[in-house]
Amino acid sequence: MDIDLITNILYAMIRTGTPLLIVALGEMVCEKSGVLNLGQEGMMLMGAVAGFIATWLTGNLFFGFLMAIVAGVLMSQLFAMIALGLNANQVATGLALTIFGTGLSAFIGSGFVGNPIEGLDVIAIPFLSEIPVIGKMLFAQDLIVYLSFVLFGVIFWFFRSSRTGLIVKAVGENPHAANAIGLPVMRTRYLAVAFGGAMAGLAGGYLSLAYTPLWAENMTSGRGWIALALVVFASWRTERILLGAYLFGLASILHLVAQGLGFAVSPNLLAMLPYIATVLVLVMMSRNQGQSKMYAPISLGKPFHAGT
Amino acid sequence: MNTPTVSSNPDRPKRLVMQGITKQYPGCLANDSVDLDIGVGEIHALLGENGAGKSTLMKIIYGVVKPDAGQLIWEGETIRIKDPAHARKLGIGMVFQHFSLFETLTVTENIALALGNEADDMKALAEKIRSVSARYGMALNPQRYVHSLSVGERQRVEIVRCLVQDIRLLILDEPTSVLTPQEVDTLFITLRRLAEEGCSILFISHKLNEVKALCHRATVLRAGRVSGACIPTEEDASSMARMMVGDETPISMDYDKVQGQAVFLQVRGLNQRSDDPFGVDLKNINLDVHAGEIVGIAGVAGNGQEELLAALSGEDIIKNHDAIHFPCGPVGHLCPEKRRRKGLAFVPEERLGRGAVPDMSLKDNALLTGFLTGLIKNGMIDHEGTESFAKKIIKQFKVKTPDSGTHAKSLSGGNLQKFIIGREIMQNPQLLVAAHPTWGVDIGAATAIHQALIDLRDQGAAILIVSEDIDELFLISDRLCAICDGALSPIKPTPQVTLEEVGRWMAGMFDELLPDEKTPEANIVSLQSTAAAVKTH
Amino acid sequence: MFLKLVPRAEHSRKMAYLSPLLAGVLTLITGGVFFYLQGHDPFFALKTMLYTPISDTYGLAELCVKTTPILLCAIGLAIVFKAQVWNIGAEGQLLIGGLAASALAVNIIEVEAAWAMPAVMLAGIAGGALWALLAAWLKTHFNANEILTTIMFNYIALNLLIFSVHGPLKDPDGYNFPESAMFGDASLLPILVEDTRVHAGILFALLAVVIIWVLLARSFIGFQIKVLGLDASAARLAGFKDKKLVWITMLISGGLAGLAGAGEVAGPIGQLVPQISPGYGYAAIIVAFLGRLHPVGILFASLLMALIYMGGEMAQIELNMPLAITGLFQGMLLFYLLACDVLIGYKIKFPWSGMDTVTSRAEQH
Repeated sequence: MDIDLITNILYAMIRTGTPLLIVALGEMVCEKSGVLNLGQEGMMLMGAVAGFIATWLTGNLFFGFLMAIVAGVLMSQLFAMIALGLNANQVATGLALTIFGTGLSAFIGSGFVGNPIEGLDVIAIPFLSEIPVIGKMLFAQDLIVYLSFVLFGVIFWFFRSSRTGLIVKAVGENPHAANAIGLPVMRTRYLAVAFGGAMAGLAGGYLSLAYTPLWAENMTSGRGWIALALVVFASWRTERILLGAYLFGLASILHLVAQGLGFAVSPNLLAMLPYIATVLVLVMMSRNQGQSKMYAPISLGKPFHAGT
Repeated sequence: MNTPTVSSNPDRPKRLVMQGITKQYPGCLANDSVDLDIGVGEIHALLGENGAGKSTLMKIIYGVVKPDAGQLIWEGETIRIKDPAHARKLGIGMVFQHFSLFETLTVTENIALALGNEADDMKALAEKIRSVSARYGMALNPQRYVHSLSVGERQRVEIVRCLVQDIRLLILDEPTSVLTPQEVDTLFITLRRLAEEGCSILFISHKLNEVKALCHRATVLRAGRVSGACIPTEEDASSMARMMVGDETPISMDYDKVQGQAVFLQVRGLNQRSDDPFGVDLKNINLDVHAGEIVGIAGVAGNGQEELLAALSGEDIIKNHDAIHFPCGPVGHLCPEKRRRKGLAFVPEERLGRGAVPDMSLKDNALLTGFLTGLIKNGMIDHEGTESFAKKIIKQFKVKTPDSGTHAKSLSGGNLQKFIIGREIMQNPQLLVAAHPTWGVDIGAATAIHQALIDLRDQGAAILIVSEDIDELFLISDRLCAICDGALSPIKPTPQVTLEEVGRWMAGMFDELLPDEKTPEANIVSLQSTAAAVKTH
Repeated sequence: MFLKLVPRAEHSRKMAYLSPLLAGVLTLITGGVFFYLQGHDPFFALKTMLYTPISDTYGLAELCVKTTPILLCAIGLAIVFKAQVWNIGAEGQLLIGGLAASALAVNIIEVEAAWAMPAVMLAGIAGGALWALLAAWLKTHFNANEILTTIMFNYIALNLLIFSVHGPLKDPDGYNFPESAMFGDASLLPILVEDTRVHAGILFALLAVVIIWVLLARSFIGFQIKVLGLDASAARLAGFKDKKLVWITMLISGGLAGLAGAGEVAGPIGQLVPQISPGYGYAAIIVAFLGRLHPVGILFASLLMALIYMGGEMAQIELNMPLAITGLFQGMLLFYLLACDVLIGYKIKFPWSGMDTVTSRAEQH
C-alpha cells in the first residue's frame, strides 16, 4: 500500500466517521439522562432535508446548518412531548419518530432530489496539514469536522468535571432519588433530548451539505441506528465513542479500500460491512453485562412520573 | 438502652408546627387534618403502621409533596416549602428509608449533588465530610463509590449529607430497619448528641421499644389521622400499639416453639460467585431445614440473601449440583418448575413484579405458579379450574378484593401478600421458602400471615424464612441464624439465642468465644472495626 | 405543562379500545389541514386517499392483496411484542423469505407437480424464521439488543436481495435487468377471485390470525409469553424458560414474515425484483400497536394500513402528491396513537378545573 492511499483512507475515515461521532455523542448525553431515543434516524433525515432546502433557497451553508439543527431539535421535542410529557413507551415513541421523520423528510424533500449544491469547503491549516499521513486526516478537513473535535472535548469535560454532567448522570441512574433531593429531573431530560436532537440534526446536515452534498430519500442509510449501537459499543464512555465512530467510518469505506487494492468484490456485498460490523460489535460488547454496568445509565428507558 | 437525657418539656420553643395538613391521592386520603409540632432540641417520634400516612407527612415537610390543605409554621413564621432545595435552605434534612443515593457516584459527588451550586469546591467538601463524619462517630471515606458501601455505611452518607449543612430539623424515615441492633445503638448516640446541640429530630418508626428508648414525645397516626399523642417513657408498648392499630385488630401473640422431624432441605458447602458486579458471593453455606419447623435467617439487606434465595428457588442454577439436596436427591441443577414438582414453594421479597404480575388479574396470577396443580390440559389452560383455584385462595386467606378479575397492582400490600402466600400454601408444599413475608404489610395482615405459616409448619412442612425484621424472626422461628457477606452464622434454637448474639452474627462475628462481658460501648467499637474489615474485601 | 396527568388506579379498558379510534380521527383532521395548506380541498383529498381506492370491486380486491403481507407480519409481531421482544426486523425477514422462496422457485420453473407451491412457501417460512432466529440467538446467548440487531439485519437483507437479483438469481435471458426469471405456474399461489389479483395468501393470513388468537388466549405457552412480557422476573420465578420463549416467538414472527415475502414473490409479483416490499415490515409495527396486539384489532388495523398504501398511490396519481405521503400518514398515526394511549393509564386534569374535591372535604372536618 502506498503512502498516498493510506493518507486518503485515513482522511476519508475521519470524514465518514464524523456524522456518526456527532449523533452518537448526542445520543450518549440523552441516554446518560435515562432517555432512550430510537428516533436518531428520523431526526438525522429531517436535519439533512431541512439543511439542504435552506441552503438551496438561500445559498448560505451556515444558514443550512442552523436549520438542520433547528429541525433536529424540533423533532426531538416531539419525542420529548410524548415520551416524557405523556410517559409513553420510549421504544415505541422512538420508532415512531424514525418512521415519521423518514416519511416527512421524503415528502418535503421530494422536489429537491438530485439538485446539486456547492458543499462545505475544506480548510487546510497551514503547515500542520502538510505533516505526512496524519496531516490531511486531522488538519485538512472542513469546519464541521473541526467542530466535532471540539464537541468531543467539551462532552468529555462535561461528564468528567462539570456539576451539570453529574446531575445528568444522577438523573439517569435514579430519577426518584434525584427528585427526592430536589434535582430537576424532567428539565434535565428535556434538555438532554433536545441536545441529542441538535446533534442528530447537525449530523444530518453534514451528510446533505458537506459529505455528499445532495439530498436523497433515506440518505442516512442506517447511520442513526449505527450510532445507537455505537453508544452500546462505547459503554457510555466518551473516549470510546470517538474510537468507535472512526472504526465504523473505516468499515464504511472498505469498498473504496478494496477498489484501491484491486479486489473485485460485489459492491452490494461490501455495502453490508458496516451493518455486519455493528452486529459483531454489539455481540462482543454485550456478552459481559457486568463490564458496562458501571457506566450504563441504570434507569435507561424507564418512564418517570413524580408523585404529585 | 438509655432513657432520654433531655426531659420532655412542653414549653420549649417550637421549631415546626403543622396544622390541619391534608393530602389526597387517587383512591386514598393519605393525610387527614394532621396536627404536629416539634420543639427545638426535641426528638419526636412519628408512629404508625405501614400506610398510615407517615411518609406522606414527612415528604410534605421536605417539600417533595405539596399538601392540599393546612399550614406549616417554621420557627414562628407561616411558610410554604416550595421544594427540597428550599427545605434544605431552611435547615431541614431528610434521611430516606429507600436511600436517595446514586450507586455509580462517589460519596463526595452524592453529597455535592444535594447541596446545590455552593458545593463546587469538591476538595473542600471532601474535607468537610471527613471532619463532620468523624465528629459524630460515623467514619466515612469521601472517595468511595456508594455501590461499594454496606447498607449501614450508606445510611451514614445520608445522615452526613444533612449534617454538612446548618441542620435544624433532621427527619429519619424508619432508619433502624436496615441496621444491626448494635448499629442502632450507635445511631442513637449520634442522634442524642445532635439533639443536645439543639437540632430537632423527627424519628419515624413503627418499632415501639426504639421509640421508648430514644424519643421525648410521640405522635401516632392511623389511616391518615392523628390517633394519639404521648410521652413514650410514660407509656408501655401495648398502649402505644393500641393507638397505632385501633381496638379491633389483634396484636401479635406467642407461638409455640417446636422441634422438627426429618431433614427436608439440606445445603452443604454452597459456594456461588455472583455475576453481578454489585452482588455478593455465597461462601460455604451449610443449612438443614427439617420437616415441621421454621428456620429463620436474619441479616442486613445486601448480605447475600437475594443470592441464597435465588440458589434455593432455582432462578440461579448453581455449579455444584450436590450442594442442595431434597430427600429425593440433589436439586441444584433443576429449574424452578422441576423443584416445585419436588415440593418447593417460594415467596419472593418483591410482591409486585416478581411474586405477582402487576397488570394481570388475580386469576392469572393464581395460574402463575399454580399451573402444576392440574390446571393445564394438553397445553391449554383450564380457565374454569384456574378461576375456582383463585377464588379458593381469596376465600381461605381472606384476601380483600372485588373479585378474581382485579389486577394484582390494585390490591394493598397486605392483601396481595396474603394472596401470594395463600397461592403457595394451597399447593401443599413440603418446603416453603419465604423472603420478608410481612415486609410493609399492616399488623392485621402480618398476624394472619404468621398464623398461616405456623399452621403450615404444624402440618409438617419445612419452612425457611429470610427477614430483616428480627422481632418477626424471634416470634415465629424455631431455629435462628444470620447471614453476613454471603456466609451463614451457626444455627441455634430460638429460645437459646439473645438479641445481642443475633446482632453480632449480623455483623459477621460468628465466633462464639467472643467475651460477653465487654461493655456495650466497647462492643460497638469492635463491631465497627469488624464490619469495616468484612466490607473492604 | 398546561395539563396535569393523574394516574388511574387501574388501566382503563374503554380507553384502550377508544385510543386507536381517537388517533385515527386526529390523523384525519391533521391530514385534512395538511392538504388544505397544500392548496387542495381537504374533503376531496381525504376522499381521494381513503375512499376512491376501494370504491369498486377491483379496489377491494387490491385491498386484500395489500393487506395480506401486512397482516402476516403484524400478527407475528403481536406475539413477539407481547413477550416484550422488540423484533423490528419483520422487513428483513420478509425480504429473506422472498429471497429464499425465489431461490427455490427459479430452480423448479419446469416442475408442474402440486408440491411446488407449498415447497416455495415453506422455503419462504424457513428463510424468514432462520433470519429471525439469528437475532434470537444473539439475544439469548450474547445478550445483544434485538432492536439494533434486527434493524441491522434489515439492511443486510436488503443488500443480499439486491446482490442476488444482480448476481446469482438474475434471469439469464432478462436483458440484464435486475430481476429473476418468472416463476413456473405450479409455484405461484392460486388466484381466488377471477380477474383480480386476490391470491391464496390471504387465506394463510386469516388462518394465522385464528391460530395466534387461540395461542394467546387459550394456551399455556401464550400465557407464558404474556407473563414474560409483563414481568420478566415473575416468569423466572415461575420457572418459565425465557430463552425458549424468545426463540419460539421469534420463530413464529420470522416465519410469518417470511411467508409474507414468499406470498409476494409467488403471488402478485411472480418473480424476484429488488422492490418486493414498500416497507410492509415497518408498517406492520404500527399495525401491531394500533391493533392493541390483539389478533382481531390487528386484522382491522392491517386493512387500514393497506388502504393508506393505496391512498398514497392514488394521491400521487390524482393530486400529484409525492408517494412519501404514505410514510407521513403512517408516522402521524403512530404518534397520535402513542399520545392517546396516555389516557389508558392516566386521567388528564386541566388547570382551569381547579383543585378537586379534596379541599372541600378537608374543610368539613
